[in-house]
Amino acid sequence: MVLQSLYFSALLLATLSGVPGLAGSARGGRVASWMLTGSALCALGLAGSVLYGGLAWQAELRWALPGAHFLFRGDPIGTFILVPATLVPAILSFYAEGYWSDGAHADTAPGLRLFFGVSVGCMILLTAAANAVLFLFGWEIMAILAFLMVTTSDQDAAVREAGWIYLVASHTGALMLFAGFALLALGTGTGFDLGPMRPGFASTSAGTAAFLLLLGGFLLKAGVGPLHVWLPGAHAAAPSHVSALLSGLMLKMGILGILRIIAWTPDPPLWWAGLLTGLGAASGIMSMAFALGQKDLKRLLAYSSIENVSVIALGLGLALAGKSLGLPALVLLGGAGALFHLLNHALLKPLLFMGAGSVMHATGTRDLERLGGLARAMPRTAFLFLAGAFGICALPPLNGFAGEWLIYLGAFRAIQPQGWVWAVVTLASLAVIGALTVACFTRAYGIVFLGEPRRELGGPAHESPRSMTGTMAVLAGICLFIGLFPAALGRALQAAAGDLGPGLPPLGGLAGLGALTLVAVIGIPVGLAAWQAIRKSPSSRSITWDCGYAAPTARIQYTASSFSRMLTDAFRWLLLPIERVPRIQGLFPRETRFQSQAPDTLLDRGMNPAASFVASVLSWLRFLQAGHLPIYLLYVVLTLVALFAWTLQ
Amino acid sequence: MTPNLLLAAIMLINFMLVASSRVSKCIQLAALQGGLLALVLLLMHDHWPFHVLLMAFSTAAIKGVVIPAMLNRAQDRMKPQREPEPYVGYTLTLVMAAAGTGLAFILARRLPLQAGNLGTLFVPASIMALFTGFLLLTTRKRALLQVVGYLVLENGVYLFSLLLVKQMPLLVETGVLLDLVVGIFVMGIVINHIQTAFDSQDTHRLAHLKD
Repeated sequence: MVLQSLYFSALLLATLSGVPGLAGSARGGRVASWMLTGSALCALGLAGSVLYGGLAWQAELRWALPGAHFLFRGDPIGTFILVPATLVPAILSFYAEGYWSDGAHADTAPGLRLFFGVSVGCMILLTAAANAVLFLFGWEIMAILAFLMVTTSDQDAAVREAGWIYLVASHTGALMLFAGFALLALGTGTGFDLGPMRPGFASTSAGTAAFLLLLGGFLLKAGVGPLHVWLPGAHAAAPSHVSALLSGLMLKMGILGILRIIAWTPDPPLWWAGLLTGLGAASGIMSMAFALGQKDLKRLLAYSSIENVSVIALGLGLALAGKSLGLPALVLLGGAGALFHLLNHALLKPLLFMGAGSVMHATGTRDLERLGGLARAMPRTAFLFLAGAFGICALPPLNGFAGEWLIYLGAFRAIQPQGWVWAVVTLASLAVIGALTVACFTRAYGIVFLGEPRRELGGPAHESPRSMTGTMAVLAGICLFIGLFPAALGRALQAAAGDLGPGLPPLGGLAGLGALTLVAVIGIPVGLAAWQAIRKSPSSRSITWDCGYAAPTARIQYTASSFSRMLTDAFRWLLLPIERVPRIQGLFPRETRFQSQAPDTLLDRGMNPAASFVASVLSWLRFLQAGHLPIYLLYVVLTLVALFAWTLQ
Repeated sequence: MTPNLLLAAIMLINFMLVASSRVSKCIQLAALQGGLLALVLLLMHDHWPFHVLLMAFSTAAIKGVVIPAMLNRAQDRMKPQREPEPYVGYTLTLVMAAAGTGLAFILARRLPLQAGNLGTLFVPASIMALFTGFLLLTTRKRALLQVVGYLVLENGVYLFSLLLVKQMPLLVETGVLLDLVVGIFVMGIVINHIQTAFDSQDTHRLAHLKD
């Protein structure tokens, strides 16, 4: 009973966290933050018992809907995801008190807080929902709340458009899930209660259709390319703490679904793993190419989110391959790597989005071409953003390294004899993605925080309030702790990955997570010593190479576009950038301008034309909507007569 | 005693409703039909326990008195105006009602019914009232006439449910009456809004509202 009470306390505290603030009290934000903190503490208690104590719980209530009942099951996978899904929103809520304060946004802040809390409640519901109808309820409410949060600044046309694209995408995904769960019910034999399929079902045509539909629905939510089209716009349009919630956690609900599919399938066909790996590899490389072409800091971070869920998909592909081939070590390394990376990204991406929010708060823009040299004005934000960038590039001593390391280990194990040769794709794409990520975040950090301030910004930038940088520091601290002591998560990962397949070997024997601590213990003092040495060496401040100009300006610095020019040129065939290149003629050419944009190729050249085509085909159906009540009633009569005729024939 | 005679009267009232062009007359006819329904209920039972009496009384009160009175009041408060021409002329609607009656009899014969109900006019009368209600709803432009159509449609459903009254008495009845009252309320509100928005109760103008 204790576990059930913990779970439902977490659920209620999070769901209701926005309610006290509706009354218009000035302390609403603080109350919501503490309620979310309470929810996170309950979730931590639950995680301690389920992941480290090996306990399990279940709760069941009647529900009048056919096929539905309230069935909650606290399995290790769900509990593992529950922890970041409550902890990070609590931190984000403290951040939002400064970032989206009631004072500055009196008209939207209380509503936004309510949606934020309820959507966290939905995620808590999803982690334990063991009935398809219950799951879909939570899924839909979460999607609609995300729409409401994304369109907070709805006076902006771009925000509205991003919101609509998100809504269409998430409903497409939800429809696929409806069909997928209906087909899945054929395989589980327990109605709409979710659980393992019977052996052999996965290879039938119904099983294949169920897998493809569920995978499509979940990948659409997770934002793995080519189903990512809604993601960059929505992340850029939303307030930063909402972007952090979307990217860090809501995408992970899609991953949770795929983890569940793996756990439910006793004998997945090998091509499932191939499909997931292929999608992950293509989407990871593609998203990084797009990230390098972005000039909007938040869009860049959004593409980086696609990259990270792609890496998770690569890990899941390994786990699936291990399950089909009967290699428990592969299931463990792939699954634990995916889960670890999921946790890492859930912590790091909010940190980066909070950094971006802090930059926007200070400068009023997120356009990389206008930002520059902020490290001097905003040292704390700059340092914390750097920490996040380190982590997301999977560099030790931050936490990003350990997760990818597990996936690498799994891939190396898979290409050994009697393994799975296609893991070569995993390895190669992980390497390419890693390199591109480093390039991308070097660019992001370098352009925003280093160099000289660019002139166009009105007025000097200022450091964000302590409530914002302080919460970022808390998150960075958690990241550092996990990076230094990844072995602390060993048992939790073992327990959660244990859901994916039977008879997994112990994680400690396959991947010495403790060794990472050892590396850090040696590496950190060496790094600090080197840093001290660099700082003590004499340094002078001077201009860089200035092309021989007598009066150089800050505008001749490397821009975001020129920095990544070489790499984006290599991906020209994919990015299809829209460029206006001026022709320079004569000895004394006149003033001219160069413009370049990298819109989302898939959205602009694939989905949008396809959608307009479908809309034009379907527009002839509009004659049905005449607007006259009698005609609508006539439809009712005709239906009635048709039903009579059908039943009596 | 079989209520067939009354049922036949109800069917005749349907024809008169379809043929009549005056709103006040239509309201009167609908009230009469409601009253007859209460009588049908009484005639179905040999002895009258309390719940049957209550049901008959509430049916007569609501369908025969309260709702017609409300409709009359609404009619009085409307500004006098030219009657909008219906979408389909009166003669043609009458023909359609006759065709509907024939169809109702055919349907009633083919429905799988209990043996006791086969000889009565219950099923044809109820299906015909349904058709008539729909006919009024689809062919008339005046909002008040559409409410009358809704009322007649509900009378058809009510008649059908009377067949079940012995098996599950009060449940069905409260359901039907509640449904009716809610429906009338909604229509009343809609009429009120049409009146204030368009200064007329010609529902044809509602077509402006579509996107």
